Amino acid sequence: MSDAAMDRPDTAAVRMVAVVRFFWTPIVLALFGLAAVVIVWASGDGVLARTITDALIRTVLVIGLYIFIGNSGVLAFGHIAFMLIGGYAAAWFTMSPFKKSFALDLPPILANNEFPLFPSAVVAGLLPALVAAIVGIPIMRLSGIAASIATFAVLAIFYTVYSNWDSWTFGASTLVGIPIYVNMWIALAWAVFAMFVAYIYQQTKFGLALRATREDPIAARAAGINIPVQRLIAFVVSAFFMGIAGVLQAHFLGSLIVNGFWLGITFLSLAMLIIGGQRSLTGAVVGVTMVSTIVELLRQVEAGVEVAGVIFELPGGFQELGLAVLMIVILIYRPAGIMGGLEVPWPFGGNRRVLAGGFTIVHAERTPASE
Amino acid sequence: MLQTIIQNAVDAISLGSLFALTALGIGLIFGVMRLINFAHGDFIMVGAYALIVPSAADAAMMFIGAWPAPILVISIISVLIVVALASERVAFRPLRTADPSILLITSFALSFFLQNLVLMVYSGRPKGIPLWPNLIKPVLVGEIRIPQLHIITISVTLGLLILLVLFLKRTAIGIQMRAASEDFRMAQLLGVRGNRVIAVAFAISGLLAAVVALLFVAQTGTLSYKMGVPLVLFAFVATVVGGMGSLSGAVLGGFVVGIASVLFQAILPADMRLNDDAWVFGLILLILLVRPTGLVAVKALQERV
Repeated sequence: MSDAAMDRPDTAAVRMVAVVRFFWTPIVLALFGLAAVVIVWASGDGVLARTITDALIRTVLVIGLYIFIGNSGVLAFGHIAFMLIGGYAAAWFTMSPFKKSFALDLPPILANNEFPLFPSAVVAGLLPALVAAIVGIPIMRLSGIAASIATFAVLAIFYTVYSNWDSWTFGASTLVGIPIYVNMWIALAWAVFAMFVAYIYQQTKFGLALRATREDPIAARAAGINIPVQRLIAFVVSAFFMGIAGVLQAHFLGSLIVNGFWLGITFLSLAMLIIGGQRSLTGAVVGVTMVSTIVELLRQVEAGVEVAGVIFELPGGFQELGLAVLMIVILIYRPAGIMGGLEVPWPFGGNRRVLAGGFTIVHAERTPASE
Repeated sequence: MLQTIIQNAVDAISLGSLFALTALGIGLIFGVMRLINFAHGDFIMVGAYALIVPSAADAAMMFIGAWPAPILVISIISVLIVVALASERVAFRPLRTADPSILLITSFALSFFLQNLVLMVYSGRPKGIPLWPNLIKPVLVGEIRIPQLHIITISVTLGLLILLVLFLKRTAIGIQMRAASEDFRMAQLLGVRGNRVIAVAFAISGLLAAVVALLFVAQTGTLSYKMGVPLVLFAFVATVVGGMGSLSGAVLGGFVVGIASVLFQAILPADMRLNDDAWVFGLILLILLVRPTGLVAVKALQERV
């Protein structure tokens, strides 16, 4: 510590503010999620509780996508493969042996045991991370559209194999009997955890290096950043959360079907990320919130809304059409996504819009002499 | 033995033709505006549904499909040119300067829109329609039985490819289109009208989609609101394998993917045949790892270091 640093009033309060300021974005996002859950919990509306649980699981999913796509700028199409792997792994670990015996033909260690839920969830998240680490080694050397298609090829391979792997996945049929324990609180806990990990990652030297490769790959390489290695790190972290999203969904619905991990969810999750703004964590969360809200509102309108004694009801199928139109309209008016790459701004003192990455905050706390 | 090989080869080239035509439709648009149009498959689907009377009934009543062949073909082509131009005007033109990922998501949204529109009007059940049933009948070439439709598919594809090459090389608008693919901004500065070039590219992609729609329906005899998805998926993969931005690459990629599909179907042992798509995508992954820029690399898209 130099004299310059000692001179500053370094009280606990100042340090506290610095920490809060550092974590401002995930704190605000987490409080926002908590507020939503508390309101729904207080209202006691069961349908709404399911909707918000679903949205929180999607939040984990889209943050998972964001960790790789947002930081690297590589539009990956194949991430749903990791959700698929995580979801089915959760089923292998946690279904009761009795229920497994109906549908699956697993090796004895899995067939005869039923593992505790939380460790199973973590291991089921680590499995896709391991897969990502292996398939990522060759794929992360690719850039641009070739990388997108290569990751998609991985999804296509896993999708096809899981569709036909009768003894482990019950083929293309629906696998039922997975313990249901995920409610909105558990989904919220994982979503908040994902927010903090994603935010901390993007502030580490690894996250910053990867963001540098996103902005200018050639300059980043010239500065000594190993692009494939940095991408691989993000790919593995991102695969873990994709896997967790799959685990949560499995334990929320109680069933799995391979067909649910294909183009529909791929497009929807990418659309959420890009509508919110793929370049910031806030964008990822806003995208999920926005799209989930639109879907929910349209669903209610489709079911019939009463305004001044008159019931308005829209024909079936309107929900999907409305969503598609609104997505295009949002993109036309906000082509960089709703957040346009911005994080939640710090509202107290020295206020300025901090671009995603926020290195100004991190290094403002250190004087050059203390290095 | 030789018979099976030739029959498989014809199958492969015929399937490859459909992929190549679809890939061309995607490649043309990508060339001029860096848009990967996932809705192209849904153009094909809309074209196929235009053959029947709009209704949710199970049994399909022929509408345009009942007209004499030349009028039928022209009508379907016109319908799809209108659909393609309208999509460009409404959804893509306001986003022309946006990032390619935004354009891509817009095309997802458009695809979702078209699918659900058809779902709403025609219901989701697949419908059987007999379009030109006589074409399924095989002709005997020596010992080999080849469905007429395969011969028609292959010759129509060849014809269209030749016409397209002539169009791109010999007509003013074709040359402008190639210039715009090379460097859109520069071409505009030299007097190429951006709107016109893009509109023509969409019109041609509509035409190609119409041809694929007719050939595909004649082959499968069924309609489903998701029928365009596998086609566009393989075609998209084909454009990347062939070399994004290169039209000859798109055609080559289409044939590679088509031939690989049929080949794996033919040579894999029965218990692995269900996984043939996994093998096709495995091969694609391998090609990309060895040649990341695709089989036909395009200079304009490479990073200059």
